[in-house]
Amino acid sequence: MTTGNADLSPNAPHLPATRPDVDGTWHHLHPLSPVVQLGRGLPGLVIVLALPILGHRGGGTSGDWSDVALIVLAGAAGLVSWWVTRWRLERGVLRVDTGLVRRRVTQLPLARIQSVDIVRPGTARIFGLAELRVRSGGSHSGDARLAYLSSERAEEVRELLLRLASGSTAVLRPGSAELTLARASSVRLLVAIPLRARTLAPALMVALVAGGDWASRLGSPSARPFTSTLLTALAVAIVLTAIAVFRQYTAQFGYEVSETADGLLLRGGVIGTVTETLSHRRVQALRVVEPCLWRPFGWAQLVADVAGGQRRKDEDRAVSGRQRILVPVAPRGEVLALAARLAGGPLPSGTAPPPAARLKAPLSYPMLRGALADGFAVASIGRLRRLTTVVPLARVQSIRWTQGPVQRRLGLATVHLDAVGRRGSGLTLRDRSSGEANRLFQELPDLCQRALRADQVKQSAGHRGIRPDPPHPPDMLDS
Amino acid sequence: MHRSLGHGAEARQAPTHPTRFGPLTSPLVEADVDGPIGLLDSAWARPSAGLRRMRQAEVGASAVVILLIAWIATLSQAAALPWSLVGLAAACLLLGLPYVGRKARSWRFLERESDLLVERGVMFRRLSVVPYGRMQTVEVAAGPVEQLFHLATVQLHTASAATDARIPGMAPYEAEQLRERLVQRGEAFAEGL
Repeated sequence: MTTGNADLSPNAPHLPATRPDVDGTWHHLHPLSPVVQLGRGLPGLVIVLALPILGHRGGGTSGDWSDVALIVLAGAAGLVSWWVTRWRLERGVLRVDTGLVRRRVTQLPLARIQSVDIVRPGTARIFGLAELRVRSGGSHSGDARLAYLSSERAEEVRELLLRLASGSTAVLRPGSAELTLARASSVRLLVAIPLRARTLAPALMVALVAGGDWASRLGSPSARPFTSTLLTALAVAIVLTAIAVFRQYTAQFGYEVSETADGLLLRGGVIGTVTETLSHRRVQALRVVEPCLWRPFGWAQLVADVAGGQRRKDEDRAVSGRQRILVPVAPRGEVLALAARLAGGPLPSGTAPPPAARLKAPLSYPMLRGALADGFAVASIGRLRRLTTVVPLARVQSIRWTQGPVQRRLGLATVHLDAVGRRGSGLTLRDRSSGEANRLFQELPDLCQRALRADQVKQSAGHRGIRPDPPHPPDMLDS
Repeated sequence: MHRSLGHGAEARQAPTHPTRFGPLTSPLVEADVDGPIGLLDSAWARPSAGLRRMRQAEVGASAVVILLIAWIATLSQAAALPWSLVGLAAACLLLGLPYVGRKARSWRFLERESDLLVERGVMFRRLSVVPYGRMQTVEVAAGPVEQLFHLATVQLHTASAATDARIPGMAPYEAEQLRERLVQRGEAFAEGL
């Protein structure tokens, strides 16, 4: 987070460094942007070019001219796109104009800015460029992208936007008052990533098919354990897994989460790096994920459910969607401590449902826990993997009570707290005793409303976030 | 303040609670005495009797379709009537009609001070609470079948896709009124907050 003192804006050299862009002049993106765009589209271009070459391997040179034309065309399109894209700060609005034929004007009120993120894809990093992504509340149509600016300029504009958005005149430097909460250990990450079902799935599937194939030919005399098909399948599985591991590892390497005045600051990645601010208000729920194979090691992952738009096609997975990884992998205790810190109070371990629930849910019964704390609810569910969800009561959208016939016989009921987002994004207190479920259902509407009011009072008092107190040193790092 | 939106006898005769599937364990029944929810059954509003008629008509129609298929089968193969299909149609009518009737009657809702309660279900019972302040949109919709029976569904949306609060089988005019009321309250809450 080092920002040069010199005015790095090429378009406004006459302005003092503190307020480089408020004058309302138009700015272009960095001139190298089309090159980076072309570079990002390179794999696709290579495939398009390679197809005819592969097709007429022994043939003539008919393809050459069209290849050149294609590259020139792509380059020209990028250049035109760069030429027609410009942005400026108008009165309280960030305006981005783009598009040659279909002109598109994005006007983003500064007051509604929720986060300003810096993304550096691998190709952009080569040229020292970065993409600035400005998110506003509500739907994704309200997002603006500035791709690409020079890294220093991106940092500068980011700080400026955050400062204008918060309405404060004080210079708000994200780097100044930040506190690292957790940093991913690269060795642990390397062990943990392959141990997830998500990564292992392709390998397992191929292994299963191959194993079944081998078993079916066991009876025949010419049965050999390793046929060429099987070996190929295994090789494919290994390659797929390796790719998956590599992608996750490079995305999560050096991942760290720190706390700033704006909220949480997420940073990480090797090839493409991401810097994202996540204001506490955007966090709708926290999830502690403990995959089956991580549990012997006592590891867990911390994920935040985030309000905001859906993922767009052109967005990277790392900074889009509705979930953000806060801690890729860490000892469970640390993850829970961080979750407690973000939730604003110690996480209760929760109580198990009555023993009768064992009949209805024999596999998940050992995992089921639920508790109501001051200002938030906690619940664990799962069969093989454990998923612990923390939902601030101030974020609850609706409450549901459900009871099936089996539950009725056993005197059980389930209470759901629905959080913002897709189905299943909330918290489920599964198979509680019906008395407890009833009490919860009666008390929760009031508790949620009270929590919401307290939250709003806090907000109007100038605090940003769901916690009443300003950042203080985390206790989890002491031990 | 709480208006019964049901029509005549149907609304009053509706069973207080389905008891065939187990003891009464609704959170609202136990809250009756001193809970925050005033729980006289009369306080709840219910959809109109048209909902039951519509659901039963749907079951009847599916039985007719099954019988038609059976009849067509006899035509093409010149075989005897396939009794399994006839049995299916009969089961559909015998078990389905009472069940959907009970299910339709199980819907009820209560407009409380700061939130809307919706209850439904016979086998799988569901109770939802949607605070007025959390409602994003309230829409009144009527599909072709509902239009045939002069019914409409009030659907509530919050920022969560899991919110399943809807009230089917309302008379269009009453649905419109309910929507107006809910929107007003939602606005009042949004201002107050």
